Amino acid sequence: MLKNDPLRNVLHIDLSDKNFRVEEREDLFERYIGGAGVAIQLLHEECPEGCDALGAENPIIFAVGPLTALFPLASKTVAMFKSPHTGNLGESHCGGRSAVAIRMAGYGAIVIKGKSDIPLYLAIHGNRIYFRDASSLWGTESSITAGRIIRENEPGAGIRTIMRIGRAGEKLVSYACVTTETYRHFGRLGLGAVFGSKKLKAVMISGKRSLPVSDSKEFKQTYDEIYQAAVASPVMKKYHDLGTAENVLPLNEFGGLPTRNLKEARFEGASKISGETFAEEYLGRRLACSHCPVGCIHIAALREPHEDEPYFYKTSMICYDYEPIYALCSMLGGSDPRGFLKLMGRIEVWGLDVMSTGVVLAWATEAQEKGIISDTETMGIKFGWGDYAGYMDALRLIIEQPNEFYKALARGVIHAASIYGGEDYALAFGGNEMPGYHTGPGAHIGVLIGARHSHLDNAGYSVDQKILIEEQISPEELAETLLAEERWRQTLSSLVICFFARGIYQPDTICKSLHIAGFDLTPEDLDRIGEEIHREKYRFKIREGFSLENLRLPGRIFETQSPVGKLDEDFIRRALEYVRQNISRTPPAST
Amino acid sequence: MRLAVVDTERCIGCQSCMFACARRQGEGGLSRACIGVRSVGGMERGFIVVVCRACDDPPCAKVCPTDALKPREGGGVRLDITKCIGCGNCRDACLLGCVFWDDEINKPMICIHCGYCAKFCPHGVLRLETRKEGDHA
Repeated sequence: MLKNDPLRNVLHIDLSDKNFRVEEREDLFERYIGGAGVAIQLLHEECPEGCDALGAENPIIFAVGPLTALFPLASKTVAMFKSPHTGNLGESHCGGRSAVAIRMAGYGAIVIKGKSDIPLYLAIHGNRIYFRDASSLWGTESSITAGRIIRENEPGAGIRTIMRIGRAGEKLVSYACVTTETYRHFGRLGLGAVFGSKKLKAVMISGKRSLPVSDSKEFKQTYDEIYQAAVASPVMKKYHDLGTAENVLPLNEFGGLPTRNLKEARFEGASKISGETFAEEYLGRRLACSHCPVGCIHIAALREPHEDEPYFYKTSMICYDYEPIYALCSMLGGSDPRGFLKLMGRIEVWGLDVMSTGVVLAWATEAQEKGIISDTETMGIKFGWGDYAGYMDALRLIIEQPNEFYKALARGVIHAASIYGGEDYALAFGGNEMPGYHTGPGAHIGVLIGARHSHLDNAGYSVDQKILIEEQISPEELAETLLAEERWRQTLSSLVICFFARGIYQPDTICKSLHIAGFDLTPEDLDRIGEEIHREKYRFKIREGFSLENLRLPGRIFETQSPVGKLDEDFIRRALEYVRQNISRTPPAST
Repeated sequence: MRLAVVDTERCIGCQSCMFACARRQGEGGLSRACIGVRSVGGMERGFIVVVCRACDDPPCAKVCPTDALKPREGGGVRLDITKCIGCGNCRDACLLGCVFWDDEINKPMICIHCGYCAKFCPHGVLRLETRKEGDHA
């Protein structure tokens, strides 16, 4: 690490006594690079075993990496915490301006502990840290309004991030998200509820500084190569043209698009909710995260009349991507783009994880259809496939939690099914609601063994589509492929490189750019570090009670045909057993 | 030659131009950037690009007490950083907010209209152009 690099600074903030300190942790960054690698170590240090995820002792950790604000596409912030949704490792990544702002404020990581007695927001302007009273923001209907008020009260336009929660976080919905810059999210695993439990409405961070490089000529050369690849490479094209929504039609054709709570895997309305349809009829603007020339963020413009007055309209700008379209369209049997955008808009306003929300609503729809819940539980709401008006009403009740049923829905699909039944069609893996892939065994095994139960951990859906569709491989081989990918992704997420840019940041490019940032690592070092981080995450998970032996598999995944045929439980169990043995063989890391 | 902001409606807010400006000066980060991109007031409404527009009669130069800032041929100013005392008059004089400030050295950061940033604009928001006679737009 270069002598003047502020990456080594870890800012510790205590909300209980409104205090802060900075620690120099060169040791952590030298060994684990940054991002996920540093965050899991800080989590081991700061999170007491078995702690209450909504208690003062649960830390919120943010970490960025050495390439952030030096090279493009290294602009993700890794958040780690104990998840109130699964009771285990919580890890979520977010772009926007967050990573660059943390780095420019002069930190490699931020640790927030304690619990405030009054609602607060934190304003971190470089080395000046302010605890601002957020009582007047608490309870506001819209997280977007809260963001705007903070924006108007704080300096740093253009070089700041404003991470905030909505009503869902305040009301401790276990899958509440944290939103930054209106359209990017720490979406999964309930960081929003952890904020809420600490009475932390928002964290705004800004700064502007120079970063040292080992050689300014090489810096420019290497930068140019990466930049050119990012803007010209065909591997990036899909992200800026149609965005991730491009996946809707191919996945549907492939027969892997979860539909109506995965009763089916093809959706007859797919063409109405495709990336092409959204681009042609609704796309209003494209945006980028800081220091990313790709700009994958797609914003739809929705023009709606005010019902009570003629010729009186409002236009809302609402973000869409593949996963929200899956979760709120096909999974809910809805093919009305306007209905989808309205529901998506409410989810943004209240600050929920859209994927979990969609799966929860899908389960409730099927549960009501099957008669295991009645109008009494739903308080008169009829959950009907594709009925967006009904879903909007239900969502408000999930936030307000007026009865036991909505309290249960606010804790996720596994919790709700444990009370009301319907477990076979409660589509969650490792406690986290499923992503939008029923592509084959790889997708589901990938999410089950993924350290954060995310489709981005090891991209099992990709193995299904690229390998399993062509040839039969053994469960052990499949598991090994997934493990290898996941270990590599630990390296990428310690560098906080966006996974969309994984094709550009090959090992030699990474080593070259790291050298400029003052880190001399070989491709072998990158592999070793990835492996070690993976092990360290599993060490945390096992400490908190995770086991690959008793993982629950929803029966539904075996009923609905996938593109590679009906799934075989024995095959999946064998893959899980292989991973279990592999994990238990690896030596415990010395810390 | 001067740097022109051709069309802010094409800006996606990636800020590659800001990083390019600092990198041209051999540094990472943003402290040295002489160009800024910020949202109009929420990203849903698009972006504003703030950069020196190469005034013919630059107000920033008029208020410099040490002659560190002098009008430049073709518009804008040149900064002689050795003469600058960091008083900040120039920053206050620019209505557009185009005099950026490097807090680390307490000196203004002044665009030299080199066009390096325009090379890193993925959507043609920025362009280096020769000013036509009589064109003050």
